[in-house]
Amino acid sequence: MAELTKLIHKYLRHAKKFPHVWCPGCGNGILLGSLIRAIDRTGFEKDDIVLVSGIGCSSRLPVYVDFNTLHTTHGRALTFATGVKLANPRLQVIVVMGDGDATSIGGNHFIHAARRNLNLTAIIVNNNIYGMTGGQYSPTTPYGSYSTTSPFGHIEHPFAIAELAVTAGASFVARGTVYHTNLLDELIEKAIYKRGFSVVEVISNCHTQFGRKNKMGGPIEMLKWMKETAVRVEKAEKLTEEELKDKFTIGILVDRELPVFTMEYEKIRQEAKKKVSA
Amino acid sequence: MAELRSGRPLLLQGNEAIVEGALAAGCRFFAGYPITPATEISEMMAYRLPAVGGTYIQMEDEIASLGAVIGASLAGAKSMTATSGPGFSLMQENIGFACIAEVPCVIVNVMRGGPSTGLPTKPSQGDVMQARWGTHGDHPIIVLSVSTTRECFDITVKAFNLSEKYRTPVILLSDEVVAHTREKIQLPHPEEIEVIDRIKPNMPPEWYIPYEDNTRGVPPMAVFGDGYRYHVTGLVHDVRGFPTERADEIKAFLTRIHRKIYQNYFDIIMTEEEHVDDAEVIVITYGAVARSAKRAVREARKRGVKAGMIKLITLWPFPRQALEPHLKRVRAVLVPEMNFGQVSREVKRINQGMTRIEKMNRIDGQLITPDEILTRLLKL
Ligand SMILES: Cc1ncc(C[n+]2csc(CCOP(=O)(O)OP(=O)(O)O)c2C)c(N)n1
Ligand code: SF4
Repeated sequence: MAELTKLIHKYLRHAKKFPHVWCPGCGNGILLGSLIRAIDRTGFEKDDIVLVSGIGCSSRLPVYVDFNTLHTTHGRALTFATGVKLANPRLQVIVVMGDGDATSIGGNHFIHAARRNLNLTAIIVNNNIYGMTGGQYSPTTPYGSYSTTSPFGHIEHPFAIAELAVTAGASFVARGTVYHTNLLDELIEKAIYKRGFSVVEVISNCHTQFGRKNKMGGPIEMLKWMKETAVRVEKAEKLTEEELKDKFTIGILVDRELPVFTMEYEKIRQEAKKKVSA
Repeated sequence: MAELRSGRPLLLQGNEAIVEGALAAGCRFFAGYPITPATEISEMMAYRLPAVGGTYIQMEDEIASLGAVIGASLAGAKSMTATSGPGFSLMQENIGFACIAEVPCVIVNVMRGGPSTGLPTKPSQGDVMQARWGTHGDHPIIVLSVSTTRECFDITVKAFNLSEKYRTPVILLSDEVVAHTREKIQLPHPEEIEVIDRIKPNMPPEWYIPYEDNTRGVPPMAVFGDGYRYHVTGLVHDVRGFPTERADEIKAFLTRIHRKIYQNYFDIIMTEEEHVDDAEVIVITYGAVARSAKRAVREARKRGVKAGMIKLITLWPFPRQALEPHLKRVRAVLVPEMNFGQVSREVKRINQGMTRIEKMNRIDGQLITPDEILTRLLKL
């Protein structure tokens, strides 16, 4: 408990920000805790961390924490983060986005950021819905499920965010949930440490919108659903396709060494200094 | 290196001079997406920036380009992007972000014919109103225009200076003619160039109130990583940068960001007058058309017509005070533009019946010629 109080005092902003905007029981609060614990473990100074977000419930997270914080436009967080990182590569840039933010309006930025491989950490809160605007379907809303804009059941097919990041070329990709918090702390810590573009997809509960529309119950029931549906990557390898039906994997999907943009660019600078004169 | 190019005559096109101006002003970050007729700016930046320790990046689109530019500026780099009509349309949302979060940056729009894909290789002045009102909501903005290669250099430096001084995006409007016309210019020595940097906080971080009003209306700007941890948001915010819905705070904030531009009107407004003192008729002009107007006015004088011209460099805020004394005095005003009448509309608005305002327009992708202006001048 004393440990917790210490973290709260160290990382949360004190004046005027609370109560927060989230519904009681929202997974965003659990992620906030996880993020703070992970950052604390990495040992980076608060001054060196820039926390960037887009627009959505999850993107309200930066306002509560005592870092350099940047709340951008809907879907564009990664583009702002790209500028911050390139202007000062010493800064640790962490980006928090919703599933709609990152893969719908910001989908193009997401795949290009992964391909470009800057040393950024992208945390994508996947609650299968547009929370902030009141429960419309998102690119991760499952086929057949209900939202305020799919009142007769959804007829599109969802993105698998982590798998998309792997294909797009990210250096590190992991998936966790707000139920498996110890794992989540660990995945975020690793993602921050990783040199290169790292992605952590966080399966979260929006009981207020997605849960209600799909009769999944409140926060507790949705956390139970995560517990029952998630399978560790290591375990999944031994299971058949049939056994994995309607499940999702959690853990590290990929961890690979790829040339990092800023280091490559430094080489270009050296070459340009030799070649480019008046 | 940027510095070494000064002092000897160069044959440059407008787009190249913009790059020289940006580097001289201290620009060290450029993000862009290729588009005619602005592409040369990106290409030259890709070549020149790394050599001066800066960074060039080609983003996936113009929305991303301006996002990266704003991020880089927050992390301390003077930053710029360059585009044309379609890309400028895509940038509008993030222009609003730079306005509300007060992030200095320069956005070059080399105008081509529109709407939509329009006329990629032809000049136009169709984006004057978009530059002012393109992003949603009431917002202050500075818009400058250029008509010669030399101005491309000088006014780009100015654009950076104003953006740093007033913590605002500055839009630089060029056009296809200015962009691609090669002219001989001699770049000034670095010591001759006035370069203004944003004011940073000098108080201890715990005393820093990032959006607190002061006499200038421009709060000092901390750079990410300098120890002043603060919040930047596109939501209307209180003096500490945190979102607010309190009516008094909303009003105070929006009033200040407008005031910081309008109270510094005389520092921001740039116009150039030629033969206006005894003029009976004047041409109000800007951009490439100003080149034709200049010839036309000289020719008219030779023929005994007391003509003059006022070239607008600052388009927004609109140079009302600079124009009014002349409107009171002259018999007629001609406003030639490569659009259906955007600046002429503004001139008419401030005119209030003082004189006769005539517009003159071409929208066919061709530059208005000196002869065309002369013919109208002789009939005014
Ligand atoms: C350009 C633009 N379009 C639409 C919106 C409205 N909007 C705000 S948040 C949001 C979706 C949020 O969903 P998600 O990104 O999944 O985050 P969540 O709220 O679920 O955390 C939308 C559509 C906006 N702010 N900007
Ligand atoms: S609407 Fe959903 S995502 Fe938003 S705070 Fe409530 S539970 Fe969380």
